[in-house]
Amino acid sequence: MTKLDAKIPEGPLKDKWTNFKNNCRLVNPANKRSIDVIVVGTGLAGGSAAASLAEMGYNVKAFCFQDSARRAHSIAAQGGINAAKNYQNDGDSTYRLFYDTVKGGDYRSREANVYRLAEVSANIIDQCVAQGVPFAREYGGLLDNRSFGGVQVQRTFYAKGQTGQQLLLGAYSALSRQVGKGKIAMYSRHEMMELVVVDGKARGIIARNLVTGEIQRHSAHAVLICSGGYGNVFYLSTNAMGSNGSAAWKIHKKGAYFANPCYNQIHPTCLPRTSEHQSKLTLMSESLRNDGRIWVPKKMEDVEAIRSGAKKPKDLPAEDRDYYLERRYPAFGNLVPRDVASRAAKERCDAGFGVNKTGEAVFLDFASAIERYGKEKALQEGEDTNNMALVRELGKEVVKAKYGNLFQMYEKITDDNPYETPMKIYPAIHYTMGGIWVDYNLMTTIPGCYALGEANFSDHGANRLGASALMQGLADGYFVIPYTIGDYLADDIRTGEIPTDTKEFDEAEKEVRDRIEKLMNNKGSKSVDSLHRRLGKIMWEYCGMARNEEGLKTAIKEIRALREEFWNDVFIPGKADGLNPELEKACRVADFMELGELMCVDALNRTESCGGHFREESQTEEGEAMRNDKDFTFVSAWEYTGDPSEAKLHKEELKYENIELKTRSYK
Amino acid sequence: MKLNLRIWRQDGPNDSGRLENYTVENVSPDESFLEMLDELNEKLVSEGKEPVAFDHDCREGICGMCSMFINGEAHGPDRAITTCQLHMRRFKDGDTITIEPWRAAAFPVIKDLVVDRTAFDRIIQAGGFVSVNTSGNTIDANALPINKADADNAFDAATCIGCGACVATCKNSSAMLFVSAKVSQLALLPQGKVERQERVLNMVEKMDEEGFGNCSNTGACEVECPKEISLDNIARMNREYLKASLSSEK
Repeated sequence: MTKLDAKIPEGPLKDKWTNFKNNCRLVNPANKRSIDVIVVGTGLAGGSAAASLAEMGYNVKAFCFQDSARRAHSIAAQGGINAAKNYQNDGDSTYRLFYDTVKGGDYRSREANVYRLAEVSANIIDQCVAQGVPFAREYGGLLDNRSFGGVQVQRTFYAKGQTGQQLLLGAYSALSRQVGKGKIAMYSRHEMMELVVVDGKARGIIARNLVTGEIQRHSAHAVLICSGGYGNVFYLSTNAMGSNGSAAWKIHKKGAYFANPCYNQIHPTCLPRTSEHQSKLTLMSESLRNDGRIWVPKKMEDVEAIRSGAKKPKDLPAEDRDYYLERRYPAFGNLVPRDVASRAAKERCDAGFGVNKTGEAVFLDFASAIERYGKEKALQEGEDTNNMALVRELGKEVVKAKYGNLFQMYEKITDDNPYETPMKIYPAIHYTMGGIWVDYNLMTTIPGCYALGEANFSDHGANRLGASALMQGLADGYFVIPYTIGDYLADDIRTGEIPTDTKEFDEAEKEVRDRIEKLMNNKGSKSVDSLHRRLGKIMWEYCGMARNEEGLKTAIKEIRALREEFWNDVFIPGKADGLNPELEKACRVADFMELGELMCVDALNRTESCGGHFREESQTEEGEAMRNDKDFTFVSAWEYTGDPSEAKLHKEELKYENIELKTRSYK
Repeated sequence: MKLNLRIWRQDGPNDSGRLENYTVENVSPDESFLEMLDELNEKLVSEGKEPVAFDHDCREGICGMCSMFINGEAHGPDRAITTCQLHMRRFKDGDTITIEPWRAAAFPVIKDLVVDRTAFDRIIQAGGFVSVNTSGNTIDANALPINKADADNAFDAATCIGCGACVATCKNSSAMLFVSAKVSQLALLPQGKVERQERVLNMVEKMDEEGFGNCSNTGACEVECPKEISLDNIARMNREYLKASLSSEK
């Protein structure tokens, strides 16, 4: 087993990043002009990286499969972004953000990376405000904050329920400015199909123009993969329809290790699935748990009455409701971390208390918040605080100002008015903590190939806290890669342009052409979606919220059979030399069919429970996740050897020098 | 429900298109409009036919990718939503639904219901930003207090998703609502004030160059905008533009 070198700088934790910046090699401005960088994906990580690197003087080529860089799925992030500003004077600090993130990640993330993340978090807010990002403000004109799961301070900055949109549009505007200056060549409606490795270094990609079908060669001195997570392995998730794991999977097959693929986040507050035709699941922001209380009825007869419509949830008296998060976790209540909240919902629904027809839903209730805010407002306005009709009206206004767009979204989908009746929610796949293994510099095991944002594995351990994904994406792109990439590219100042008429490009292009040809000429009988849906079912059944040895073994067997069926029987209409959404989907699903297997292999190997990875064999008597620090305080980094089940495991031991490993408790 | 669909099919930008008829059966009122089209497409694929190409991605009303003209209205009959948020309960058994792409000279059709909206990107590239580089040295975010009303108005303008419904709706194919939303956001905030004159001049110039029409104040864009971007932004942009053209050296 080879040892993975994370290249963590020397020195005390709080000095590591400063030491690195003081000692890393630089590329002078004249030399930057002769260096090309490819950025795949234009979400928060890719957009911010492309903009920053272009501002520094590198020639950037940015790729996205959407029709515009502004549409990357970061845009859908709702609740907020964390930063250790301590504007609320509630005891926050860089160390506390670091500590919360490591603890929230169930002690499976890398200390040095997380500390750096906490350290640069404050700069992100300053940077975004300077760009004109309209964060929520108080009447004094200063920035407002709210609280998120797993923490006891208010450090989350937000822009209503559209924080991701506003941050992404900030990065997109910075990127657009560089496109206008000619420093970024923007390739929208293009998909990366293959990585090109020359003499062991990442030197380019093969891309497909999704409009014309043209296969293109693009060379560069470094390639950044900022393509997001792989939650769509599950078919139904909160990801966008086009979100995919292909760029990550392609570099994995070319030598980049894949770390902790089994760490998936199941978000507790999503709209429940209703039927077969469903194409995706919609998230309701975690910020709603600031004001919403989660419950199911205590008595089975009430469950049945609610399901049949004989009783309305709001008519159920408080003593007949089980606010199970408040009951089980009094210290954090409804704001426990996502993995804990999701499992608690599953536990109640498995016990038969689910409140909708499928038995897979719990209530998220705003009635008490509406009353509380209404009374405050009535008091401020000198109105009668005992006039409950008025109080509720005023309270609804406050709630609308905070979460209006989320409530509207809920009503559009379900035809229920959440101001009047509690929302019904259930956990769904949302985010993938696992991803491409990177060292401290965000470089993968392929020199010159980097992974940023959700595509890498490094900062969230086995569970990500709310409002931390936006923070990580922007930290990686705005503040980390601009330093770390120079340290590598300093060797490339004399390299000159990388030619694309070499055998490495020939071979990579041929692989792509062969793959497309095989798919197009398959003449099978099944649609891509029908096969993808079946993959999703296997994954959700055996590799979802609870996993066990037998199930995972079954899943691996079933996925392998399904993959064979896919290659034998998938049917793709149309032609490859033009816009063909079925072909695009097929290329992505083909990769999911392999990645899903590796996820199960990893889940099978990790016999402990930690964060979002819950092995039924490893739980306490109360049903809480039980870690095994003695045997599993490491990162599983898998090397591709030709078959996901034969992947070779490399371990990066995790050392905790600044935090004591404890049983995570939110009670 | 059983529905009759008339869908615009066009092979490529240079081909002529036509409306084709399809029927879909067993449509549930709880499914979304795009899920109904997914089902049609699965059926077409199973018959060996080419499915209908349409843009979509997040399916929660925020990415701005989906773009359908449904029964003569951008994003269909409901207000304040995108196509992906439209649900079939809005229709009834036996209805005929006509689905067309955005139609504007500046948004050429790529295929079927998919259009090219990169003109919007080029307008932003012309000035839709604050010229600030990434650095760890910008001033502390709270060193610049911003009046809440201005911040809220800037936010409302900034919620534009760039879908192009305003252009598709406007009889002149004007992009004024889109451009004015960005101009307003940055003109309302102190960070954007330094470049406000060049910004509005450059963005308007690019908008004209891309072939978008002029605004004749019918207000249809505001009605069809899924994010309810206000017509006030156009008024604000006109003021900004007038001031800039009188005083700018450009």
